[in-house]
Amino acid sequence: MPFTTKAALESHIEQLKKRPQGSRIFVCCGLGCLAKNSRKVYERFVELVKEGHFQVQVDTLEEERSNPAPTGCMGLCEAGPLVMIEPQGILYLRVKPEDAEKIMERTLGKGEVIEDLVYTENRGEEVQRWPLMKDVPFYRKQEKIVLRNCGCIDPESLDEYLEQDGYLALAQAVTGMTPDEVIGMITKSGLRGRGGGGFPTGRKWQFARVVKSDRKYVICNADEGDPGAFMDRSVAEGDPHSVLEGIALAGYAIGAREGYIYVRAEYPLAVRRLKKAIQDAQDAGFLGTHIMGSGFSFDVKVKEGAGAFVCGEETALIASIEGKRGMPNPRPPFPAHRGLFGKPTIINNVETLANVPAIIHRGAEWFRGFGTLNSPGTKTFALSGRIENTGLAEVPMGITLRELVFEVGGGIQGGKQFKAVQIGGPSGGCLTEQHLDLTVDYDSLCSAGAIMGSGGLVVLDVDTCIVELARFFMSFTQDESCGKCVPCREGTKHMLKILQNIVDGRSKLDEMALLEEAAQVVKDASLCGLGKTAPNPVLTTLQYFKDEYIAHVLDKVCPAHVCVSMKEYLIDPEKCKACGKCARVCPVDCIAGRPKVPYVIDQEKCIKCGSCFEVCPFDAVMVDWRKRSDEQQSA
Amino acid sequence: MAVANEETVLSRRFEKVNTVLEKYGRNPLNLIQVLQEVQAEYRYLPEEILTYVATALGISPSFVYGVATFYAQFSLEPKGKHIIRVCDGTACHVRGSMKVLEVVREQLGLRGEDITTPDLLFTVETVACIGACALAPALMVDEEVYGQMDQEKIENLIEEMIEKEKGGDQ
Ligand SMILES: Cc1cc2nc3c(=O)[nH]c(=O)nc-3n(C[C@H](O)[C@H](O)[C@H](O)COP(=O)(O)O)c2cc1C
Ligand code: SF4
Ligand code: SF4
Ligand code: FES
Ligand code: FES
Repeated sequence: MPFTTKAALESHIEQLKKRPQGSRIFVCCGLGCLAKNSRKVYERFVELVKEGHFQVQVDTLEEERSNPAPTGCMGLCEAGPLVMIEPQGILYLRVKPEDAEKIMERTLGKGEVIEDLVYTENRGEEVQRWPLMKDVPFYRKQEKIVLRNCGCIDPESLDEYLEQDGYLALAQAVTGMTPDEVIGMITKSGLRGRGGGGFPTGRKWQFARVVKSDRKYVICNADEGDPGAFMDRSVAEGDPHSVLEGIALAGYAIGAREGYIYVRAEYPLAVRRLKKAIQDAQDAGFLGTHIMGSGFSFDVKVKEGAGAFVCGEETALIASIEGKRGMPNPRPPFPAHRGLFGKPTIINNVETLANVPAIIHRGAEWFRGFGTLNSPGTKTFALSGRIENTGLAEVPMGITLRELVFEVGGGIQGGKQFKAVQIGGPSGGCLTEQHLDLTVDYDSLCSAGAIMGSGGLVVLDVDTCIVELARFFMSFTQDESCGKCVPCREGTKHMLKILQNIVDGRSKLDEMALLEEAAQVVKDASLCGLGKTAPNPVLTTLQYFKDEYIAHVLDKVCPAHVCVSMKEYLIDPEKCKACGKCARVCPVDCIAGRPKVPYVIDQEKCIKCGSCFEVCPFDAVMVDWRKRSDEQQSA
Repeated sequence: MAVANEETVLSRRFEKVNTVLEKYGRNPLNLIQVLQEVQAEYRYLPEEILTYVATALGISPSFVYGVATFYAQFSLEPKGKHIIRVCDGTACHVRGSMKVLEVVREQLGLRGEDITTPDLLFTVETVACIGACALAPALMVDEEVYGQMDQEKIENLIEEMIEKEKGGDQ
């Protein structure tokens, strides 16, 4: 039954909130946990409930709350599968199907905490346990606006979204605010685009609002191309209605009737969830004609990408929705004037849009209570790489990198030494130890040569080779360059070749200058953001890790022991029994020897395949990393 | 006989394409969706189907070909029944994705430039991020994601898949 008035929605929400709040089991079925078998955990709970081990609360309303409830990502993916027990908010980690019964009996039945399953910190002798989610160090500094429902509702249930005051913002806007008031509120909140650029959202909407046109469009950018990021996916999968509500609000603000969500090809679950949410929202009257009895009508469609990073760029994305090759076009004209099908269009990121209903519902002042003056609100980050707590975190802007990496992130895996964070993906840069006290906001990251980016944050330790990482990004952008403009197409190839030479130990010092020069050209002359930002990973690493480049170029040494070309296989004459096994497996015949005389590897010919190392029965083959001349002296 | 057989195969092919075309209202704006569904059906985009789609949508074959070659998701070569996508996004890269790729390929006996096994059972590709960065290094088999891969897990996974395929044949 569709809601036709705001009052009807409000009374429904009130009823939902009055449902008995008994114990409830939430099982994380976000991608990270699913990959760790959380589906089995969930199914086990379902079985137990069916067998009657646990009295499920019976609701007075038509739709029963699912219990156990499968949820989107709860954040601490590293320790998945996660299970949360309400109302206490107990968080269990690494839950196995066979733990389900124990949890039912002890926690739900007797209110006990199962110590083995809670977050534990070992500080020497002292063992510290944190049974409640809110106390776990990973969550302590987080503020959840975008992820407000992610991990604590069943994403496939509309009622659960409604229970969290869902669609109230939309009802409020279409029945009681003018589009200009909506834009005014977003402008006042200071919300900036979370897709990377940080452009003020209110201003973008205003541009499209003032253009006169019979049709306008809203596009939600869920292309999430940064190869080390999964924030948008988690929101789309874990709380799809918040994205829909944001899109509808944007549509109302600019005067559009139609919206599109452009989802990355690799995210099939997000596509399914969004489609279901659209259907449910239509059935309930939150999408369609005369929403909440107002004059506003709006529909949303999902379009799947087909695997091209450049399609995250606005004009390329538009071309792709139109069924063409996703190649960027020069701006102006900006999409706000001439976008999809030649009509005024705004494009916003998933996270940006998920903020919108919260702002409209709770007010601009409330939003400004988080973050900094110029970057209000929060930012979600996908923490990954060599960090303890890999996962999804939402922190207030203005937090320091140190807090983010060492408190939220729990520091470096295995207590190793921190080396750098890569922030902003292939368009971003590497920041080092000296930047750890930098605050996370648009302006301060920019001043250090990095960017906020969309939220990928990859932590690197001393075992990561910075030069190889720069090569990795360059090979990514080179591969993804659409080829439309020469500086990007040819420049990235040229840069990649130089970087490849460096890691292969075939470069000379003057090539470093060439690399910098090429970087500058690509940056200045490329047509779209892909080319313009592609040199950033190289430029920041050249700036902060010049030593490491020089070690590769001059000494042919990889200080992180990563670049294979700088590794040598040697045969220890003491241990070699001259059995000849290594010579027989060497694919390039570069091991020579005779019976009774230790074998020797010809370093010029060796391709470092490691076969000899594997096969030697006497451990006579050794791996040796070349050392820098200064290290050799001090050693 | 052989010719007749081929013809029935072809017409059956186009029948499925027609269903997809109808579903998308023969609208060129839906070209990408059409190609996606056609590929889901045949596991690749045979040339004659590209031409057929072009004619049916009233656009030039070179436009269709241009779109099909632009997007990484489309393949003009037959692919294996199962697609293994080894993630080489940033997070996986710094946690050893290249080693994962090496082991997967070795397990399947893929050499040189080959990406598909001769029996057309497996195709191995790399992909930049499948959104499971927290579980790096990760890989995807068809739509299923596997995280925190190491040599042993990969070996078991692939052995299991081969086992299953062989079992299914008999
Ligand atoms: C090569 C390239 C890739 C991009 N990829 C994405 C992406 O995956 N997701 C995204 O939201 N924005 C991406 N952007 C930025 C978008 O073009 C656009 O600025 C953004 O979606 C605007 O939304 P916002 O104002 O809400 O941030 C990309 C830009 C470039 C140049
Ligand atoms: S900068 Fe690169 S990706 Fe952008 S239009 Fe030019 S070639 Fe294409
Ligand atoms: S590493 Fe490979 S190429 Fe080098 S000597 Fe050993 S077997 Fe031969
Ligand atoms: S997927 Fe379960 S915590 Fe992220
Ligand atoms: S980098 Fe591999 S899943 Fe994201």
